[in-house]
Amino acid sequence: MSAEITDPELLQAGLNVAAEPREVREHAESDVLGFWVFLMSDAVIFALLFSIYGTMGNATAGGPVPQHEFKFHSAFWETALLLTSSFSYGMVSLSLKHTRHRIWPALWLGVTFCLGAGFLIMEVRDFLTLFHDGATPERSGYFSSFFVLVGTHGCHVFSGLIWIVLMGIQIAMFGLDQRTRLNLIRLGLFWHFLDIIWVVIFSVVYLGALIK
Amino acid sequence: MNNAMGFWHILFGRLTWESLPFVKAWLDPTVSEIIAAGAGGIVVLGAIATFGLITLFGKWRYIWTEWMTSLDHKKIGIMYMILAVIMLSRALIEAVLMRVQQAVAINNPGLLSPDHFGQLFTTHGTIMIFFVGMPLLTGLINFAMPLQIGARDVAFPYMNSISLWMTVGGGILLMASLVFGEFSTGGWSGYPPYTELAFNGGVGPDYWIWAVTLSSLGAMMTGINFAVTVYKLRSPGMRWMRLPLFTWTAFCTAILMIFAVPPLTIATLLLAADRYLGMHFFTNALGGNMMNFVNLFWLFGHPEVYILILPAFGIFSEVVSTFSAKVLYGYTSLVIATMAIALLSFTVWLHHFFTMGQSAPVNAVFGIATMAIGIPTGVKIYNWIWTMFRGEVRFTTPMLFSLAFMVTFVIGGMSGIILATPPVDFMVHNTLFLVAHFHNMLIPGMLYGMIAGYYYWFPKAFGFRLSETWGRIAFVCWVVGFYLAFTPLYVLGLAGAPRRTQEFFDPSFRPWLIIALLGALLIAAGLAALFIQLWVSIKQRDTTRVPVGDPWDARGLEWSIPAPPPDYNFAVLPQVGRRDAFYWRKQNNGAYKPADHYRDIEVPKNSMCGVLVGLAAAACFFGLVWHIWWLAFCGSALTIGTIITRSFMRDVVRTIPAAEVEALDRRWLETAAAALPVPRQLELTPENEGLARCQPK
Repeated sequence: MSAEITDPELLQAGLNVAAEPREVREHAESDVLGFWVFLMSDAVIFALLFSIYGTMGNATAGGPVPQHEFKFHSAFWETALLLTSSFSYGMVSLSLKHTRHRIWPALWLGVTFCLGAGFLIMEVRDFLTLFHDGATPERSGYFSSFFVLVGTHGCHVFSGLIWIVLMGIQIAMFGLDQRTRLNLIRLGLFWHFLDIIWVVIFSVVYLGALIK
Repeated sequence: MNNAMGFWHILFGRLTWESLPFVKAWLDPTVSEIIAAGAGGIVVLGAIATFGLITLFGKWRYIWTEWMTSLDHKKIGIMYMILAVIMLSRALIEAVLMRVQQAVAINNPGLLSPDHFGQLFTTHGTIMIFFVGMPLLTGLINFAMPLQIGARDVAFPYMNSISLWMTVGGGILLMASLVFGEFSTGGWSGYPPYTELAFNGGVGPDYWIWAVTLSSLGAMMTGINFAVTVYKLRSPGMRWMRLPLFTWTAFCTAILMIFAVPPLTIATLLLAADRYLGMHFFTNALGGNMMNFVNLFWLFGHPEVYILILPAFGIFSEVVSTFSAKVLYGYTSLVIATMAIALLSFTVWLHHFFTMGQSAPVNAVFGIATMAIGIPTGVKIYNWIWTMFRGEVRFTTPMLFSLAFMVTFVIGGMSGIILATPPVDFMVHNTLFLVAHFHNMLIPGMLYGMIAGYYYWFPKAFGFRLSETWGRIAFVCWVVGFYLAFTPLYVLGLAGAPRRTQEFFDPSFRPWLIIALLGALLIAAGLAALFIQLWVSIKQRDTTRVPVGDPWDARGLEWSIPAPPPDYNFAVLPQVGRRDAFYWRKQNNGAYKPADHYRDIEVPKNSMCGVLVGLAAAACFFGLVWHIWWLAFCGSALTIGTIITRSFMRDVVRTIPAAEVEALDRRWLETAAAALPVPRQLELTPENEGLARCQPK
């Protein structure tokens, strides 16, 4: 809220490196930028999976079709869980910025983990239902592209959950040192990115199937 | 019996005795199989000899601590180059073998079975692109770019090491395919249905998938690393329009890697999903669409061409400017042209499959876009010519390669314009004309550049110059060999000779194929000459040392430090006030001055994590190839475990005290003060100690 906030801090609230020497600040900047660039690359991967999904829309090969198979209620609650988890990760960043004690970020990380895990459990349950109904990835090109697109997002969420656990351990071991903070910033970027991807999946895959 | 088989299967998956080429050659002693067994034997003996020699000389500790675990960008760059040279040797031998086969096999089956021939052109292409071209340019950028921008290392030294070892892992997979099983026969582009389960259920396509996946993961991380390095680690005052041109091309290449490599990763992984999980992305049945693969592959494949060529353009810019003793002509236009090429490279991928059924207007759009790339490229050629104009041109080896590039590349560009016209492309599509065209682009446009860069920066990396005599011999072999090997392919292609063919039936092809074989042999002699050059240069290194570090009276910051450079590159980070800052300092008595104040320098500590990650990933993928699930599981667990463990390590930097930095720097400055400045005319003589005599402009 004051004039002492320097540029890198403005860009990455929660890093709190204003008092550090210039080299440390620059290092932090390039670490965070590197992760942004990685996310751009990852975004290309999702963009391509979406376009493959788009071309496979009618490739159901006489098998199950999405409008009969999808559980829209479940997709809605999954969306709610993931969006809320993004909010709770926002609280991690804010508590990094405004509190000194490690308990707050750790607490909000825990909340985020629970919400993310809830999302993943629901998604796996949905997948199992689809499998049970014969809508498997081997059945048609459409379901191959569906499972790979949504599954890739799910794998990202899963690795995000592992990352959250590891960050919890690191906060306990090292406190909120420079590297822990940096990793928390990057994990945050990752988590919000997955949220955005899910919004597109919900709109294109689930709502798209509903339109049909 | 059944139990034993089951146990074997759990332990070794699909691997059986018949997977070994030696056993196959024993059971079926044809020439083709014996050649395959010989190749496998070379790999095994080569590995044994390497390990034996290292053990004999007791060098394991040295290699492990000084090289393999090093996070120093210069050493990582050199290791990339070593990998590339090993792989280049193999792929070039394969090329000669294919030329022999085609020269012999006219109305007879020749030496190689069709399947073996298919593996040869697949490995040749895969290796040349992913394990020669990419490591060469990644190596040179790794070595030179941080020095050029005045940085102490790349932005992510540990990730750099992971990238290297993943690429090495991919190379190991390719080498393993010579000993265990076979490689894909689907060409370097791996099109389904050739690579689909229904057509080829063997291990070949799986080797291709996982080797390329490893390499593509490494390339994506390299791209992130280079882009962030150029973005964030430039020394004070090094503004964008002051960057050396090689750094500009490295930056554009990095951007291309970030955006263009993911489509390749997706293509290979979706193909793997088809093959391993029975999905239907690219199959014939149940809704699969193989055009998706073709689009994905070339969405990567076309920018890839510019990933390969742009760094070479940067090298030519440096070399031509240095050896003409002139400022680069039209710097701004070269930068714009580089960016334009990078951008346009994403708009032309469809020209790789004009014949695959799009409408004529779509083909026309992509044809015009393709021709448009010729414009910025032409700009560059004129820039280099004008740079030489009225300069003090010295025809050293890198300059000769640059000149050969300019002439040869323009010819290749012309054939590219021909191919960019869809109706013409329908005529020569899938013929040797295309093979001639892309070799005509990539050999001068990539390989000549890399050889020039290797010669140019070698004294900086190792502190002594390479033999000029052997450089010239290599130059003659490469250039003459190139024209002999590939001009006939234009003729043959126009005459309708299809590519990737194991046997021809038209006797009139024979003279051309024999000329092409002679050319291939000459190119092989060119590679041999480069090896001899290295050997001779090491032998006579006491007469060619350049400790002061500026043997060519060059312009960029990389020449302002000792050769070889210290771990931390710059004792103090240089202040940059203009383009070609070091040249200006030399002209104005500002070079070779001690700093006012030295500081402690932090450099990354060695780490074995990169080696572990890369090799464990390779082991995992080897397990996947052979369906050895326990190996795949252990390999991936080790990969992920290593990455996690590393994130818990806090003691990862080593501090070099200011006093040590100062002592080293002052000792080097004394060397510089004691050295005799040599004029450019004498730069190839033993008098050259790396200190250029300042000459009026």
